[in-house]
Amino acid sequence: MSLASSSLSSLRQKLVAGEITSRDIVQDVIDQISSRDQEIGAFLSFDPDSALSAADQADLSLPLGGLPIGIKDNINVEGQPCTCASKFLKGAYTAPYDATAIARLKAAGAIPFGRTNLDEFAMGSSTENSGLQTTHNPSAPGHIPGGSSGGSAAAVAGKLIPATLGSDTGGSIRQPASHCGVVGLKPSYGRVSRFGLVAFGSSLDQIGPLTHTVQDSALLLNAIAGEDPRDSTSLHEPVPDYTEGLDQGVAGMKLGLPREYFTDGISPQVRERVETAAKSLESQGAEIVEISLPNTEYAVATYYIIAPAEASSNLSRFDGVRYGNRTGNPEDMLSLYKDSREAGFGPEVKRRIILGTYVLSSGYYDAYYLRAQKVRTLIRRDFEQAFEKVDAILTPVAPETAPKMGDATGDPLKHYLADIFTISANLAGNCGISVPLEPIDGKPVGLQILGPYLGEKEILRCARAVEASE
Amino acid sequence: MAEPHIDVRYVANLARINLSDEEVARYSSQLEDIVGYIEKLGEVDVEGVEPSAHPIEMSNRVRKDEPVSSLPAEGFLQNTPDQSNGQLRVPKVVDA
Repeated sequence: MSLASSSLSSLRQKLVAGEITSRDIVQDVIDQISSRDQEIGAFLSFDPDSALSAADQADLSLPLGGLPIGIKDNINVEGQPCTCASKFLKGAYTAPYDATAIARLKAAGAIPFGRTNLDEFAMGSSTENSGLQTTHNPSAPGHIPGGSSGGSAAAVAGKLIPATLGSDTGGSIRQPASHCGVVGLKPSYGRVSRFGLVAFGSSLDQIGPLTHTVQDSALLLNAIAGEDPRDSTSLHEPVPDYTEGLDQGVAGMKLGLPREYFTDGISPQVRERVETAAKSLESQGAEIVEISLPNTEYAVATYYIIAPAEASSNLSRFDGVRYGNRTGNPEDMLSLYKDSREAGFGPEVKRRIILGTYVLSSGYYDAYYLRAQKVRTLIRRDFEQAFEKVDAILTPVAPETAPKMGDATGDPLKHYLADIFTISANLAGNCGISVPLEPIDGKPVGLQILGPYLGEKEILRCARAVEASE
Repeated sequence: MAEPHIDVRYVANLARINLSDEEVARYSSQLEDIVGYIEKLGEVDVEGVEPSAHPIEMSNRVRKDEPVSSLPAEGFLQNTPDQSNGQLRVPKVVDA
């Protein structure tokens, strides 16, 4: 097994034992990307020299000492590009600072390595909306990797790098993890600082890890979680050791199956895999109960009002003045804005900005945005009530395995509807993880385990039990 | 609920984006579909329900009022498409 395809925890053991050096790992990552990423398309760019020199200075006394971590190209790493896979920023932006999650990775000894592809500004669930590059699913050739963190998932699944960071606004870590067959964790809202993550939906976004193993997911969460004075929505809560108790098993845990998630919209094979996983956990001592999340059918509509509304506001900063590309030689400010935004943004980004502007506009605000915020309260209450009865909830991640490339382009609503199982956790703020199950006809499929607010330890433990029995 | 009809060109102007005629036609039909779908929320009884702007209830969090270092101006200016004398440069905004 190559170093680039190994888990962080196994590499750590070898590093500490002196069997390998950080340079060996980084060099293998560079070699793997150079020889194989032309076919996968996971990375938009990387800087081998700075990574090798960081490897030579690795401090192995730190928990992630000398380990390279791929970074989604919407998280700022000082001195590196941050394109958000958009023509707006391509070649026109170098991050002047580190995102807090990156500063924490570095403080834990890790080496942020390279920039992974995404749907432009993280808007999409296939990575086909990247304005810069196509990413292929290394585990299911001819199929999308999922998205928006498709590059981060494909990089791990394609054995180019041991682990990556992504961001999740409506499923953008969990869904590509499911489609590519890796572990993807969305922490609770506020668990990880958003400072330095290019904002899409500020009340929804979270940074989280994509890894080969549940143990690695916990290791990375240990490093990036915690309060940050630069993000007023980060939580003033202590960070436990997430690797502790992972192998305790699920005996005595109560796990819920929400009946609204098992409807006609889900493929029978995906349903079968999730039910089999539930039975396996039951045989390990968990109690499985049916629960209800009655407002599930309104989640997609609520999300596709709130997320575009926040996006339309957040993306107003891309105006051709402060950063990014300015188009043409405009004679007045209005043309400067409009020309730069026309040339810089791709179709999905324009569509969402227009939708968001519409739902916030005078005369429509109450009917759409305000109403969606109220339904959001109801969706949150659904989860609060469910978690009074159960410790975690088991669901599919997506209704089907990864679609073929190009299948849903041209019909955005069809794409949006497939987000049904992941977006509620962003609306309610609770945590969720996708862990691989037995593939369906060779294509990966994940189980989603949703936890209560700050229930990361519970879902990691449960995910570890699934991983151990698969 | 409001009428599901979007004047895409008008809204795009509010969002400061130029659109071609082809884009206006395409987005009009796609956005009619999407808005038609989100009309679904009209069914929900939200009487007396407080809106959530965030998933968690917290407000007015402030850090300690202590001076900390911040990025120098050059850091912010390094990415601007046009600058002069340490300032962002744009076309004339106010007529003399």
